[in-house]
Amino acid sequence: MTNDRPDSRAAAQSSPSLTTPEMVSVSLTVNGRLHTLMLDPRTTLLDLLREHLDLTGTKKGCDQGQCGACTVLIDGRRANSCLTFAVMYDGAQIITIEGLAVGGVLHPLQQAFIDHDAFQCGYCTPGQICSAAGLIAEGRAKTAEDIRELMSGNICRCGAYTNIVAAIQQVMGRS
Amino acid sequence: MINFQYARANDVVDAIRQITGDPNAKFIAGGTNLIDLMKMDVERPTKVVDITRLALKQVENTPSGGLRIGALVRNTDLAYHPLVGERYPVLASAIMAGASQQLRNMASTGGNLLQRTRCPYFYDTAMPCNKREPGSGCFAIEGHNRMHAILGGSDACIATHPSDMCVALAMLDAKVHVSSASNDRVIAFADFHRLPGDTPQRDTNLSAGEIITAVELPPKGFATNYTYLKIRDRLSYAFALVSVAVGLQLDGDTIKEGRFALGGVAHKPWRDSQAEAALRGQPANATTFFRAADVLLHDAKGYAHNTFKIDLARRCIARALTQAARGTPQLQSSKKIA
Repeated sequence: MTNDRPDSRAAAQSSPSLTTPEMVSVSLTVNGRLHTLMLDPRTTLLDLLREHLDLTGTKKGCDQGQCGACTVLIDGRRANSCLTFAVMYDGAQIITIEGLAVGGVLHPLQQAFIDHDAFQCGYCTPGQICSAAGLIAEGRAKTAEDIRELMSGNICRCGAYTNIVAAIQQVMGRS
Repeated sequence: MINFQYARANDVVDAIRQITGDPNAKFIAGGTNLIDLMKMDVERPTKVVDITRLALKQVENTPSGGLRIGALVRNTDLAYHPLVGERYPVLASAIMAGASQQLRNMASTGGNLLQRTRCPYFYDTAMPCNKREPGSGCFAIEGHNRMHAILGGSDACIATHPSDMCVALAMLDAKVHVSSASNDRVIAFADFHRLPGDTPQRDTNLSAGEIITAVELPPKGFATNYTYLKIRDRLSYAFALVSVAVGLQLDGDTIKEGRFALGGVAHKPWRDSQAEAALRGQPANATTFFRAADVLLHDAKGYAHNTFKIDLARRCIARALTQAARGTPQLQSSKKIA
């Protein structure tokens, strides 16, 4: 695209292609612990968690925001960590599957997933549980239909959907 | 993904300054589409300007009785905003019909307008694509074109615009507020997105160095007789084959004003003033609805794998107009089509 305004043409200067990454400082809190790191800005939040902080509970499935395996809570809201640059979340509070249990006691959703046999291979499960935690916090789902619709961003290739809905309903019934 | 320089913008002026004159710079907000495209090497910015700290997160009443939506209002926040639910329920419904809750939690209002087509040839850098690489050709026209346009396409491109939200905004006659270093301007929604013509690389009429600051809704929200009906290959979390946003103003059984916009069928949300004129003053019944659908689809053109969309669109238009006339809008959690 061209820009035909003279004032901006005068200022025209393309940013150069970088051969080495220009590192950026970022501080964020993950599961209650503050981390300050220098990052290649290309680092996704997902890769930060898995490769830099060794929190491998959050899974990389499609890496395109289509499967939901990478779902975490950012400032209390569920998001696809694969579609975020970590440097954009300076100052944010991140909760991953590793941060849900408190004092060695499983989060009610973790227990409910066990109670209802809501997984087979388990690969999607951390994302399912974080997504369900976000869903319950949103408070919008009232019926099983609502749960199915609002959990549609989490794919389970084993097809444990029926039991996942039952597990979420169990926790919703208690809250 | 290529290396890029990352910069944070403090305010709108700073954001514009950081991008002006740099054709390889991009704004990032939600990132849900841009990061995906950068991973695929379809987008290759050398500078990424983070605008998430800009004060564009308000939903406010306008003096004229409309609503002004800041460009950084996230899709979920907009869909769940009480004023939107009350006065523009078709917009809330369309937003909830698109993507997943995780993506809606991240995606911004301005970014939704700027998302790019999901044509698989556009995404595949091993393939020619006139939108990605002007002049290289279009393989969709003779290839896998099930998801592609039936209206307004060209010999260069038959991609569709993927947004649901934009279909409702088109129906509502929204306006897009943009700013640049030299001026502010307002673009009518119908003029915001482009048809592909022989420049499919340009999705919109936004100029280089411009930033979207807000989307404005006029007072008329059609909160009584509306619907957003979306038909797709699975029940949730899929792009539209055909979608229809409807707003009707009825006087008894007579249509005083009727508007409808289609998604999934063209390079932009599709409206047809002649088709809407065919509703005006007519009884709200199937004969009227199919007649309006036929006007809109008069020049529709199918390709090897998407000709079914023409009849699907015809039936969707009639069904959506029926839902709106009855005051029984499509619910996005229920998969039963009323």
